[in-house]
Amino acid sequence: MATDAAVPAVSMRGVTKRFPGVVANDKVDFEAAPGEVHALLGENGAGKSTLSNILTGLYQPDEGRIELYGEPVAFASPREAIDAGVGMVHQHFRLVSRFTVAENLVLGDRRGAGRYFHIDPSAIATQVRELGERYSLPVDPRARIWQLSVGEQQRVEILKALYQEARILILDEPTAVLTPDEADTLFVTVRQMAEEGRTVIFISHKLHEVMAVSDRVTVLRAGKALATVRTADATPESLTELMVGREIETATRQGRAQPEGVPVLEVEDLWADGDRGTVAVRGVTLTVHAGEIAAIAGVAGNGQRELAEAIAGLRPSTKGMVRVNGRPVHTGDAQAAFEAGIGYVPEDRLGTGLSPTLPIAMNLSLKSYRHESVGPFLRLHLMRHKAEDEIRIFEIKCAGPDQETDELSGGNLQKVVIAREFSAHPSVLIAASPTRGLDVAAVEQVHSYLMQAAEEGAAVLLISEDLDEILALNDRVLVMYEGTLTAVEDRESVSEIGLRMAGGTPG
Amino acid sequence: MNNSLLVVILASGVAYGTPLLYAALGELLAERSGVLNLGVEGMMLGGAVMGFWTVQRVHANTGVALTAAIVVAALMGAALASIHAFLVITLRASQIVSGLALTIFAGAVGLSSYLGNDLNLADSPAAHTFNAVFPKSMQNWPIVGPIIFGQNVLVYVSWLCVVLVSLYLSRTRPGLNVRAVGESPAAADTMGISVTRYRYAHTLVGGAFAGVAGATITLAITPQWVNGITGGAGWIAIALVIFAFWRPELCLVGAYFFGSLQALAPQLQARNIHLGPTVLWTNALPYVMTIVVLVIVSSGTAKSRLGAPEALGVAYVREER
Repeated sequence: MATDAAVPAVSMRGVTKRFPGVVANDKVDFEAAPGEVHALLGENGAGKSTLSNILTGLYQPDEGRIELYGEPVAFASPREAIDAGVGMVHQHFRLVSRFTVAENLVLGDRRGAGRYFHIDPSAIATQVRELGERYSLPVDPRARIWQLSVGEQQRVEILKALYQEARILILDEPTAVLTPDEADTLFVTVRQMAEEGRTVIFISHKLHEVMAVSDRVTVLRAGKALATVRTADATPESLTELMVGREIETATRQGRAQPEGVPVLEVEDLWADGDRGTVAVRGVTLTVHAGEIAAIAGVAGNGQRELAEAIAGLRPSTKGMVRVNGRPVHTGDAQAAFEAGIGYVPEDRLGTGLSPTLPIAMNLSLKSYRHESVGPFLRLHLMRHKAEDEIRIFEIKCAGPDQETDELSGGNLQKVVIAREFSAHPSVLIAASPTRGLDVAAVEQVHSYLMQAAEEGAAVLLISEDLDEILALNDRVLVMYEGTLTAVEDRESVSEIGLRMAGGTPG
Repeated sequence: MNNSLLVVILASGVAYGTPLLYAALGELLAERSGVLNLGVEGMMLGGAVMGFWTVQRVHANTGVALTAAIVVAALMGAALASIHAFLVITLRASQIVSGLALTIFAGAVGLSSYLGNDLNLADSPAAHTFNAVFPKSMQNWPIVGPIIFGQNVLVYVSWLCVVLVSLYLSRTRPGLNVRAVGESPAAADTMGISVTRYRYAHTLVGGAFAGVAGATITLAITPQWVNGITGGAGWIAIALVIFAFWRPELCLVGAYFFGSLQALAPQLQARNIHLGPTVLWTNALPYVMTIVVLVIVSSGTAKSRLGAPEALGVAYVREER
């Protein structure tokens, strides 16, 4: 470890970046040494991504100085950052899915086999294969990106940075898309790269990862760098306090041994197509009882969204049956679904869940307006009264029922969706990634609403990629993998859930 | 043998298909960079009128006059494409709306019509035209004579263009870059490739190709200027790019297929063969193609199933927070 090396690999001093209405980075000081794994810890919106985008030349800082290995730099474009040895693995991969691995690597290349005007695919493939072998990141250079698993795609992203001879490597929330096993493999790679003398900046909001992989941690909150501490001297509790600014009570659910309620939601051999016409849901059978939270785990893109949409009436099924309280519900008909008592908190809250330019009161009435009208006319005062009540009950922070919905923060947007779905007293509640992108306090509130719904007798189907959330809330865990659903026997076993997320079965 | 219906139709199919091929190659380049330009018809008409004007006004020998005409037509096409490029790349306007507007602005009731009438181009034949380059004896060879050796220089240049565009896209670094820009501009951007620059360049070159395509009609096929002379060929060219799955070599096959269809009706008529309403079908073709194109480009599912560049029609905005 070389945390005390004389010349830091990265040194940022007083870096400030403003966006309209918000200071994303406020006089941030940040330093990382060669050979170090340095974690950037912070909640969503704390300014981690902005800071890394400045370091990779995507944004230019409004104030502040940046030095790499003691040399001052000012990147006007991503190209200049790449040439200076800064590589980044984005959270949402920046890969061309129809290209081969090799083609993705040589894109924009100025040093290797791709720098010539004429491109020779076989020469490039050879070079890429050698690189993969050297770093034990095996991947077929001729494979097309869309053929690869998410873990393999991430490997390509890392290889891409290594191919560009990156000495400073930024990983942005790298485990968000990985199964627990894949994440462990990644940590090994990260340590290897640090041992070679590279600097790894590891961005995360997950404490246990930061504790596991980093040498030092810098905590960001509301755009400010609060502290840099050695990981060995920190505890998860001390880091949480820095990150959130106060202690958080975490509510955990008292799991019940046996589902005792009556079956409310019954799904039988459900099949549905994805957006691109491929089969996304392959014969799912599922029963959720009254008062139960059934949690579906899985890596994104395994058909969870399509399953939720099929049950909620937003996507026609090609085969199979959905029943609520014993009565069949016609799939592909959203109105039939919510009249049958299905409430849906979608993953994409601003796109699918809400109409962003309507006032809050209108959004709250999107499902109930038929009962709040006289003939074709809406009873606006009634809608507003109802909205005022819900704003109070669900603690939605806003200027009032007439405020435009898209002016709210993520947590409050989610509360609007939840308030609307809850006020219909659904017998089935589907929540898809309900806490993605929310801060810790809002996460706890959303969790308590879900538990409350179950206590009031709803059948709750929670779909999430966040294992911590699944473990905290579930009565029963199911795992979705490539469109099929399997039950997990031991609902507290991370290793069994992880294994099933990767398509395996415990043997 | 060279007078048999099949040979005559194939020979004129190659000639009629050449403007389609130029226009399709240009559109293919623009679309591969992610820019859908529905203004092909307008840009072709712009090239048609300016190319024709050049041969009427430049007093020089045939070679110089025709070369100048092609250059002027290409510049006209590129100039019109630059309007589209500015609107959709810099201002991020809807590509469908901007392209349709360009066709209306430059088309048969717009700029090209105004220029043609104002410059008095109607009612006189072209002063210089593109003619067959090989000697009569070669043109008389059985079958290949009329089809391959009976063509003008623009046909042979178009073959060269197919080869060059194909190699450019598959085997060169800028070709790889432009494909990346069309498939995933975000990936290209992080690799230091300028999305804006690539899109501008390919949209403008695409426009130049369309301009040349227009001039091919007024200087080689029907050597005169008539308002709206392209008769919807621009729409067929856009449809061709789709049916060719965005591959230049398939554009060539498609262009000659549609070219032959166009040649079919008059030939059948001349030979007193009646095959039902053939003329009706071939005349309706551009309109049918317009509808097909608009339906396909408006449907995300259709586009991705056909294998369109993934970012086709989508403006690139560097992710803001």
